[in-house]
Amino acid sequence: MSEPMREIEVTVNGKLHRASVPVRMTLSDCLRHEFGLTGTHVGCEHGVCGACTVLFDGHSARSCLMLAVQANGHEIETIEGLESAKGELSHLQAALRDHHGLQCGFCTPGMLTTLTELLRDNPSPTDSDVRIAISGNLCRCTGYEGIVAAALDAAQRIKDAGSRA
Amino acid sequence: MKPPSFAYHDPKSVEDAVALLGSLENAKLLAGGQSLMPMLNMRFVLPDHVIDLNNIPGLAGVELHDQALVIGAMTRQRELEFSDLVATHCPILAEALLQVGHRQTRNRGTIGGSLCHLDPAAELPTLCLALEAQVEVVGPSGPRGLMFADFPLGYMTPAIGADELVTRIALPLWPKGHGYAFEEFARRHGDFAIASAAVVLTLDAQGAIDRVAVAIGGVCATPMRMEAIEAALMGREPSPELFRAATAACKELDALGDVHAPASYRQHLAGVMVRRALVRACERASAGSKS
Repeated sequence: MSEPMREIEVTVNGKLHRASVPVRMTLSDCLRHEFGLTGTHVGCEHGVCGACTVLFDGHSARSCLMLAVQANGHEIETIEGLESAKGELSHLQAALRDHHGLQCGFCTPGMLTTLTELLRDNPSPTDSDVRIAISGNLCRCTGYEGIVAAALDAAQRIKDAGSRA
Repeated sequence: MKPPSFAYHDPKSVEDAVALLGSLENAKLLAGGQSLMPMLNMRFVLPDHVIDLNNIPGLAGVELHDQALVIGAMTRQRELEFSDLVATHCPILAEALLQVGHRQTRNRGTIGGSLCHLDPAAELPTLCLALEAQVEVVGPSGPRGLMFADFPLGYMTPAIGADELVTRIALPLWPKGHGYAFEEFARRHGDFAIASAAVVLTLDAQGAIDRVAVAIGGVCATPMRMEAIEAALMGREPSPELFRAATAACKELDALGDVHAPASYRQHLAGVMVRRALVRACERASAGSKS
């Protein structure tokens, strides 16, 4: 049986991508293999580890639990889209670096997209809010403390700068 | 590629989806995908056809109709979590949703998908049982309604035909100021419950329980309505002794045992969850009747 294919058009980080993809291809594989955006990591591939989290129409979603064909006509933000047009790290990215919120970096794309949504939804999160937000993201290096500290610090930096997460 | 090979269909209407279900062999409906996609990625299911419901307009939304919240089957759990209608009229739904997976999965997961997947430990089926929800199912001969109590036929088996799909869920409202609580024990935040309990009740002017519904999830092959507990509570004043005596019925449950917990532990935990939920529900009902 020949592989059923579909044409899709997806806006990723503001740029329109077109591809012909097998209908069973996950969105995470499409981002990495079709669009060359390997910042999104693929860990467990069944929705547990959170590494593949992207923002789908502004909301965090596991890209391994979506089909690429379902993204047709939708907007996605990945870790590659978080820095400014001039290439500066976002407040959250800078805070994560300053607080040693990553070591191997495997969980980082999921942490950053998840926390970017949190800071947009809730500009003044508590320590508990942050921990609940990242409860669906596994990190085996940091022990999470640096990530939580970075998220709280980033919220303050965003307020000080009067900008958006 | 992780998922098995299948043909993909994205109907634009319920009628088209029903027609596809009627004409295709071995088809699976794709709602929010937070259970079906892991099963596809692990090849626990091998459908020849996947019918995606995400492009059908009109299947999502929350409305208030004569004493019931009517919820479209494709309404995302996120929308319910942040809905003012839910917060005002069915606050136990908002409370239970916080135990459903994580932010990322609630952003995609739907209420209809959770009910049809019917995991025995899932929160929404347990809650729908306690609230005496009604489910609207559409098939080739049109819509039909059934009580959620008649929906689970057995382990992960909903009472819907191979050519039918769930379109709406109606949650009858409890009076303003009613008491409610959803309690759950899981090993990690967002995990499926080892045991959960949904309790809704009202107190009369003397402070005695005059209406109560209790359901338990995660313990048996399907969520369980606990009529024996309800009968033991009716007309009585809340007290720890009453709650302990009433929840003795949990020892009779035909509980599941697995790697996480033996059946006897689930029976015990079910009673603990119900008692905790009763305490919080009574506190809320007392506060609600004074306000």
